[in-house]
Amino acid sequence: MNARMGLCAVLLALAGTAAAQDIAVRGETVYPVSAPPIENGVVLIEDGRIAAVGPAATVRIPDGVEVLEAAVVTPGLIDAHSVVGLAGYLNQQEDQDEIEHSAALQPELRAIDAYNPREPLVAWLRSFGITTVHTGHAPGEVISGQTMIVKTAGHTVGEAVMVPFAMIAATLGEGAVVGEGDESGRTSPGNRSKAAAMLRAELVNAQEYLAKHTQGDDENDGGRDLALEALGRVLRREIPLLVTAQRHQDIMTALRIADEFDIRLILDGGAESYLVLDELRAAGVPVIVHPSMARAFGPLENMSFTTPARLRDAGIPFAFQSGFESYVPKTRVVLFEAAITLSHGLTFEQALAHLTIEAAKLLGIEDRVGSLEPGKDGDLALYGGDPFEYTSHAVGTVIEGRQVSDVTR
Amino acid sequence: MRERTDARGPARPAVTLAGIATLTVLLMPATGLAAATAFTGATILPVASEPIEDGVLVIEDGRIAALGARGDVRIPRDARTIDVTGRVIMPGLVDTHSHIGDVAGGDASDPVQPAARVLDAIDVRDSGLERARAGGITTANLMPGSGHLMSGQTLYLKLRDGNTIADLAYRGENGELLGGMKMANGTNPQGDPPFPGTRAKAAAVVRQRFVDALAYREKIENADGDEQKMPERDLAKEALLEVLDGKRIVHFHTHRHDDIMTALRLQKEFGFKLVLHHVSEAYRVVDEIAASGVPVSLILVDAPGGKLEAMHLNFSNPQVVEQAGIDVAFHTDDYITDSRLLLRMGALGVRSGMSRETALEALTLAGARMLDLDELTGSLERGKDADFVILSGDPFSVYTRVLETWVEGRRVFDLDDPEDRKIADGGYGALTPVSAHFHGYEEGHQ
Repeated sequence: MNARMGLCAVLLALAGTAAAQDIAVRGETVYPVSAPPIENGVVLIEDGRIAAVGPAATVRIPDGVEVLEAAVVTPGLIDAHSVVGLAGYLNQQEDQDEIEHSAALQPELRAIDAYNPREPLVAWLRSFGITTVHTGHAPGEVISGQTMIVKTAGHTVGEAVMVPFAMIAATLGEGAVVGEGDESGRTSPGNRSKAAAMLRAELVNAQEYLAKHTQGDDENDGGRDLALEALGRVLRREIPLLVTAQRHQDIMTALRIADEFDIRLILDGGAESYLVLDELRAAGVPVIVHPSMARAFGPLENMSFTTPARLRDAGIPFAFQSGFESYVPKTRVVLFEAAITLSHGLTFEQALAHLTIEAAKLLGIEDRVGSLEPGKDGDLALYGGDPFEYTSHAVGTVIEGRQVSDVTR
Repeated sequence: MRERTDARGPARPAVTLAGIATLTVLLMPATGLAAATAFTGATILPVASEPIEDGVLVIEDGRIAALGARGDVRIPRDARTIDVTGRVIMPGLVDTHSHIGDVAGGDASDPVQPAARVLDAIDVRDSGLERARAGGITTANLMPGSGHLMSGQTLYLKLRDGNTIADLAYRGENGELLGGMKMANGTNPQGDPPFPGTRAKAAAVVRQRFVDALAYREKIENADGDEQKMPERDLAKEALLEVLDGKRIVHFHTHRHDDIMTALRLQKEFGFKLVLHHVSEAYRVVDEIAASGVPVSLILVDAPGGKLEAMHLNFSNPQVVEQAGIDVAFHTDDYITDSRLLLRMGALGVRSGMSRETALEALTLAGARMLDLDELTGSLERGKDADFVILSGDPFSVYTRVLETWVEGRRVFDLDDPEDRKIADGGYGALTPVSAHFHGYEEGHQ
């Protein structure tokens, strides 16, 4: 199937659930993740959902169903935090919608209003077997906007989206601070304590807004405020606050604010999280760990390739991310992020779990994706060998029963 | 690691071979080293010859004394023997393009600054050098950035333990420090005047400077030794003449197919030695590159884009270049890719379809050729510098780690050493802070 036919398949797949395809994928080894590996296994997908998983001898493939084959079959991989689709690969002003610097606090910015499902970086991730991406507004302002969860297929955001409003993205530490001599007129804080004060003040504003708006007094509630309304969802614990903090003191600030406002916190980045493992565990805060392929400077200067293994050993839930790159390359690939942990403390099974089911749990979508179980979405990644080996190839990607990538990458 | 330098004895200065031998002998009582060391049992990948199973590598006086299969190699009776059964030994990696050492070249005053030397800017205490050793790199070409048409003179480093840049630099027969010249075209050097605003202007500026250097040489030749007739000394033109005389290889940052052709056109007009660096679109002009005989040094990164001239970066590049018979190396472009991950670059080359043999050579001997250092390093051959890496397994496997890095017969990285492991893994305070001006990164120049 060439690229154009591939696209046609995507379009057909997304035309409606009635057209969702049946497909079977046979693997020399199938990793359901939720169960032990299956040698010579089959995954049968009907109407876009997994109908059966098991040894070839036990799963009957109905006549006429297309069968794909690969050495290794895993659940579609999950990128737990990215900016692709908002950030484009050209890195020119017109394709960079992941950050808006006109104000430091903009929780009303929706990811769905900026996502470009045809962005080549989305196709790039998809070709490595990544089927689900948590993407949205980037680190770089105290509150930069909202995030969402998409499948890496679909030609409109409506077709791609799983969760239109997943989290609100915040940043603490020097990442949120406007540099000395910056004359852009940004309203961003000048240092880390000011950043924390601005975040707290906005949460207080949202508390007061919620208090007014839950009294049902339409006359005197001052009207709708999209920013505070969005932040109110965090205060009501409907969605988590995703706080990017790399340094230990900024991580502790995030924990302090989460405690003060009784909000659900997900720590993003956490380059120095290995210094405060007990505190993170006690607070029950999961970590979307920074890309290890990212460059070790600035707030990331103390990053370690061993952080995922240390989080694992400490019993702290975590997932991998492609992160935010401002230069070359324009995105990381979570497959490679997990791969580097194999020589730094994680086992194959652990790395795969944190790329799939653990990421799904962290994002709250484990009822749909993250493992190969009947009833879950038919999202699969196909590889020519050990997925993590640099010298192996990704050979196919299936989303909801449709083959959406057939390139060898 | 640096703190341990004293315990291991003084850093060995990079002087003549006789000096090296003498100093090594002098060090022996202090270090307790035998004259020779034999590494036994490893799979040896010499690069210049076929792999050796259950091999023996003998090093002596900082050089490779012998290598071969066990039983085929005579191990000196007084040699220290180190059992490395199950490990893999390969040549130390050569990074043809790196910005470790907090390097800088020319400033914003002029787009062409051949007199600027990274030599005068390198911080040998920058942890980038230790990251490189942790990644198995034993030779690196330290380059100024690509925000200029010509940003200055590069320096070839041997990553031995050392206290000053003089200890670390490669030296020529007359003790001169060895390096190349960094050039760039495409979008990075473009800017407000005096920087060029277009590609054509960029080429015109560079051509004029080479033409001026040729005129300068003519004046010197016409003076015929008469001091009165000699032109005023011009450091920039002197450096350009070193380029035109082939004493200084041009390392040319270029990505787009048309920019690659411009670099080749300049090379043809002025006849300098050239290595094409990055060449994201090499696959589009592969026949032209092959016909020119110019080698390429490639980088592979996780995704295309990040700037316009890298939008067509294609993972097929290594294979296409290999198939065309072009000499090919890999580089980190550290900080673009961390020096600890250069082996990964070779593995991604294999992923792209390049043969394992070429990928290994691209990480080692090919790079040494592109720096004119292949008589000293880049492969495991008798008489060459004992620059090698001990790996836990297959060099292209993600499960493999660099266990030890040896330069001229001395271990400069040991994963079992807690300080070294901290560099390899990263951790709190492991690395020196990187200054904001590195590589022009902040300006988007690279």
